[in-house]
Amino acid sequence: MKSLALKGLTALAIVGAAGLYITRPQTVDTDTFAALTPDPAHGAQVFTASGCASCHMAEGSKTPLILSGGQRLASPFGTFVVPNISSDPEAGIGGWTLDQFASAVTKGTSPEGQHYFPAFPYAAYQKMTDQDVVDLWAYMQTLPADQTPSQPHEVGFPFNIRTALGGWKLLFTPKDWVMPADTPQLERGRYLVEAQAHCGECHTPRNTLGGLQHDAWLSGAPDPSGRGKVPDITPATLGWSMGDIAYYLESGFTPDYDSAGGHMAHVVENMAQLSASDREAIAAYLLALPN
Amino acid sequence: MKQIAATAAAFGLVAALATPVLAQDMSANIKARQGQFRILALNLGVLGGMAKGELTYDAAGAQAAADSIVGVSMVHQPTLFVEGTDDMSVEGTRALPVIWENTDDFAAKWAALGEAAKGMQAAAGTSAEAIGAAMGPLGGACKSCHETYRTP
Repeated sequence: MKSLALKGLTALAIVGAAGLYITRPQTVDTDTFAALTPDPAHGAQVFTASGCASCHMAEGSKTPLILSGGQRLASPFGTFVVPNISSDPEAGIGGWTLDQFASAVTKGTSPEGQHYFPAFPYAAYQKMTDQDVVDLWAYMQTLPADQTPSQPHEVGFPFNIRTALGGWKLLFTPKDWVMPADTPQLERGRYLVEAQAHCGECHTPRNTLGGLQHDAWLSGAPDPSGRGKVPDITPATLGWSMGDIAYYLESGFTPDYDSAGGHMAHVVENMAQLSASDREAIAAYLLALPN
Repeated sequence: MKQIAATAAAFGLVAALATPVLAQDMSANIKARQGQFRILALNLGVLGGMAKGELTYDAAGAQAAADSIVGVSMVHQPTLFVEGTDDMSVEGTRALPVIWENTDDFAAKWAALGEAAKGMQAAAGTSAEAIGAAMGPLGGACKSCHETYRTP
């Protein structure tokens, strides 16, 4: 009897260990990124399309390239306080290696080997090309250093157990594209929407565990702050033409000349810096969504 | 004792009557400010349509639209944005409470709209291209205020 209990415990320990092993924080393959030649000028474009500054600049900042952090993102799981990712070696990420950066952005794993909370949109960024990640890192190292220390997240039990995020990642961060794309324009739009601009993070509803509902992609969601709604941007509901969408992303004006507000105002600032053909590609992608 | 009860009842009645009157007053302020934004949107529609080539450029029409935007930008905002008319206190508004915590910045953002409107006023009568160039700063003024002071 005693030995049966012991066997049971051993089996449980093995299953638990296997679970921990499967869901352990992943890092990138060391040689992949080092072999690429960085292009910081292109990295600036990646940085803008990916909206890094919108969350990582200080709240209400007039200097969006100082990535000192501190914005507070309210959610049903607690409040995430955006960290400093300036080039400061102590307060920011200036002391990181390329591999550590790539693991953070594409695997959601910190240099200390911990899972990041998915408020950091690595579910999208994992779809970026290796070259874009290398270029982004080269560009971000040219940005100013800022010494503001990062503040801890205000996330309570049980969501503060970072080990559990390994299972969450397995369940909710598939690397496959959500939408098919059979023209170069749709492919470009898909890359911008799904891999970089991470539109789905706010415009797609989430399940009770906070995983994105890919079968309701971009069909609108409650605002994570608990007030208001993020709009449904599938074509039948939105009812905008390709020109309407592209002009909105450039100017912030809706077809009836209301103007973007809240966090979307930041998004428009970023999208306005992309090329006209990129904005049209995003519009084409949105118009191809199922209703 | 009876007197006290009567006084209390009278106060209660006054309070009950006063509350809807007060709410009505504020709804007029909210309507007025939402109306002014609608005037801005309609005139921006004329200018934006011409800039995009969806409407035929017409110097007089463009000038009238730009002048109207300047006119709205001169309306004194504290009369419309009275305290207690934020989205946490009343229904039917998207104005965030933070407006009343940063009244100086809110006023500065409104002044920036005035500057951008004057830029449009100078451009509108010249060409559709000039309107297009002046739309950028105007849109920027709308965004910079909405990003902080209006719900998404």
